[in-house]
Amino acid sequence: MREISTKKITETVKNLCLEAGVDLPADILDALNDALKTEESPLGREIIRQIIKNAEIAKKEKMPLCQDTGLAVVFIELGQAVRLLDGQLEEAVNEGVSQGYHKGFLRKSVAADPLIRENTGDNTPAVIHTEIVPGDKIRLQLMAKGGGAENRSASRMFKPTSTKDEIEQFILETVEKAGPNACPPLIVGVGLGGNFESSALMAKKALLRPIGRRNSGFDTCKWEKSLLDKINKLGVGPMGVGGTTTALAINIERRPCHISSLPVAVNIECHAHRFKETVI
Amino acid sequence: MTKKIEAPLTDSDVEALRAGESVLVSGKLYMARDAAHKKFKDNPPFDIKGQILFYASPTPSKPGAIIGSVGPTTAGRMDAFTPALLDKGLKAMIGKGERSAEVVEAMKKNKAVYLVVPGGVAALLSKYIKQATVIAYPELGPEAVQALEVVDFPTIVAIDSEGNDIFEIGKKNYSR
Repeated sequence: MREISTKKITETVKNLCLEAGVDLPADILDALNDALKTEESPLGREIIRQIIKNAEIAKKEKMPLCQDTGLAVVFIELGQAVRLLDGQLEEAVNEGVSQGYHKGFLRKSVAADPLIRENTGDNTPAVIHTEIVPGDKIRLQLMAKGGGAENRSASRMFKPTSTKDEIEQFILETVEKAGPNACPPLIVGVGLGGNFESSALMAKKALLRPIGRRNSGFDTCKWEKSLLDKINKLGVGPMGVGGTTTALAINIERRPCHISSLPVAVNIECHAHRFKETVI
Repeated sequence: MTKKIEAPLTDSDVEALRAGESVLVSGKLYMARDAAHKKFKDNPPFDIKGQILFYASPTPSKPGAIIGSVGPTTAGRMDAFTPALLDKGLKAMIGKGERSAEVVEAMKKNKAVYLVVPGGVAALLSKYIKQATVIAYPELGPEAVQALEVVDFPTIVAIDSEGNDIFEIGKKNYSR
């Protein structure tokens, strides 16, 4: 057994929050620079230039990229040969989020109750997904998810006899309806199969995949390419003002499902994709 | 040439703006979003005649900074409150995303304009803010009403006073 103190987890999560809030990942910046070359709308190009300039200022001055610094979503892959010392895992993660959001002057955007709406004051609790995996390491992935894009996500239980075209239509409709409100250019995560909750979780996990890395399945890879093309023909464009860059990527994940089900979930992410990961 | 505007705005200032145009805004903006709208409804704690509302709430300011990162929130969430404010003389709103048909009708009736700024460029936008003062509801924290002084704040006309809408026009122009 490898012993790891939860204090190490707190420290790591704190640093992931601090970095994610101000440092746009390189794959997003590359995709934006590519989009600048292909975007046909002058207004759209101007918006992409502002997004790139914003990333430069945010990184240099350690200022949050967006005023909505997000709900912390933490994916943990916990090696089964790890023994945790000094306290409980989820408490350690939340403590890291609390410390990171205070230290980084990040906005606290968590309501304690969906109806009473009182702010918890330290951006906790995080949404935490833990998976036990082989090995003696801990992988921590943090996505600070903004509310505007999350609100435009959707899921639907299709019939097992539904066609690929019907599913495609639902994905395209969801992206089009997300429109200007979700802060395009978007990243689109799709979870296909599993059950009600696992399709949504797959859609979220699909957003963690770097831009440009296609699904390893040949059919899915081809579908991702053709769907991205169709999304960018919707005309929504950067911030919805019209243009040929509505999404930077669509990542699809699939898994087995019940013979009577075909769940599909679409998770929408804005261009300000706050994501950092590390391994302890 | 990029147009420039400064509050208080007149009918003719607003009527000169067309959907899709870039506009630099200087002078005063009043920052208010969901919680403040819910509190003041049709009676804001400042004279709204000719003024500009900015739907936003910043990140906490670092010591010595004028303001934290600040950018637009989804304007549509304020739609239910907006027609009454337009009737009282509100002339421009800055946010992101679409507006309801009721808001557009009230904008046409009262000669008002809806401007957008990109979401997710809040570090950049904060550079155009020269002064920020909480003028009401400090208890709302980031959602308190603030008066901002801005210089050449870069916006795009999304819906003009005739109801032309860049989200419809733009999509039509670029859909294939």
